[in-house]
Amino acid sequence: MDLEWMAWTLPTAVFFLGIAALLLGMTFWQHLSPTRLRRGLLPIPTTRGDRLFVGLLASAFLHLAWLALTPFSLWIALGLSVLLLVSVLRLG
Amino acid sequence: MKRTENPRAWWLVLPVLAVVAFSALIPLMTVVNYSVQDIFGPGQRVFVGAEWFREILHDERLHSAFARQLGFTASVLSIELPLGVAIALAMPTRGAGVSACLVILALPLLIPWNVVGTIWQIFGRADIGLGGAFVHALGIDYNYAQNPADAWLTLLVMDVWHWTSLVALLAYAGLRAIPEAYYQAAQIDGAGAFGVFHHIQLPRLRGVLTIALLLRLMDSFVIYTEPFVLTGGGPGNATTFLSQYLARMAVGQFDLGPAAAFSLIYFLVILALCFVFFTVLTAGEER
Repeated sequence: MDLEWMAWTLPTAVFFLGIAALLLGMTFWQHLSPTRLRRGLLPIPTTRGDRLFVGLLASAFLHLAWLALTPFSLWIALGLSVLLLVSVLRLG
Repeated sequence: MKRTENPRAWWLVLPVLAVVAFSALIPLMTVVNYSVQDIFGPGQRVFVGAEWFREILHDERLHSAFARQLGFTASVLSIELPLGVAIALAMPTRGAGVSACLVILALPLLIPWNVVGTIWQIFGRADIGLGGAFVHALGIDYNYAQNPADAWLTLLVMDVWHWTSLVALLAYAGLRAIPEAYYQAAQIDGAGAFGVFHHIQLPRLRGVLTIALLLRLMDSFVIYTEPFVLTGGGPGNATTFLSQYLARMAVGQFDLGPAAAFSLIYFLVILALCFVFFTVLTAGEER
């Protein structure tokens, strides 16, 4: 199958594999210990999946803000995003 | 104990997954791939990293398109919501008038969007259009093709004409759902028309008005067809909104990389709005 039209690159492939692995991991986690609706720092009661979504969306906006406002490397933004994601998952 | 869950039901979701993969996931992945490359043609591409995102985020024209978009959405919402509620309040509650009103209100919603654009394009012309000729006869120099203020006004009036019905129909449905006992209690308490509206109707309309507000917010944020047909984004760039700017970039100039980066940013903004939409709507409910 010719996938040239999709114009794959290594970084984007790694990105999507990471997302897929994350979803797969969350599925297994859910299977092992089902999530409970709880109220954390976020203004709404959330499940684990909700917090993952909020965390990923916030990370995306953090990257955009980083690009728009700073001249520094995106790796720093990536590191901050991981911190953000983990804290949203734990505390949100 | 009887089992109420059957995990095999998950297989039934597979067809939907396949359809979504082809209609949404694969195109989205392609857009992500495009957004990090400079595409010259089939097989000719160079990886540029986050360069397009940086360029798009610093693009002055995009900023002004975004500001115009926000201005348009805010104006449309601040007119359509109060007007829709006012129409719903003025509508008859029984008799043949109800059906007549509902049909008339539903008419603009049934017209295809490009036809709405065409209708207003002709309606607003001074030489052959009823609306344009009428305004001219009043001695006002009105030309939506040359004057930015006129173009904006025409677009706003067109959108109000097209979509206020939706708000009115939703609000009307909400009003009809208020039990008669509330009105009787208000009458006993000696509440006036404003008191009834403020303490009974408005609070009971909260749900439908949330839906109306968010539907109109999303819809006006992605508006494309009507301004494209009516003004083509002009005069100048006066009515070029985000989706039109994007289409011009992607299909007009074939700047696939920047257009892809732009669509992803646009997508993220809409995704965030959708999330708020979903959260607000389900906030008070048991999940």
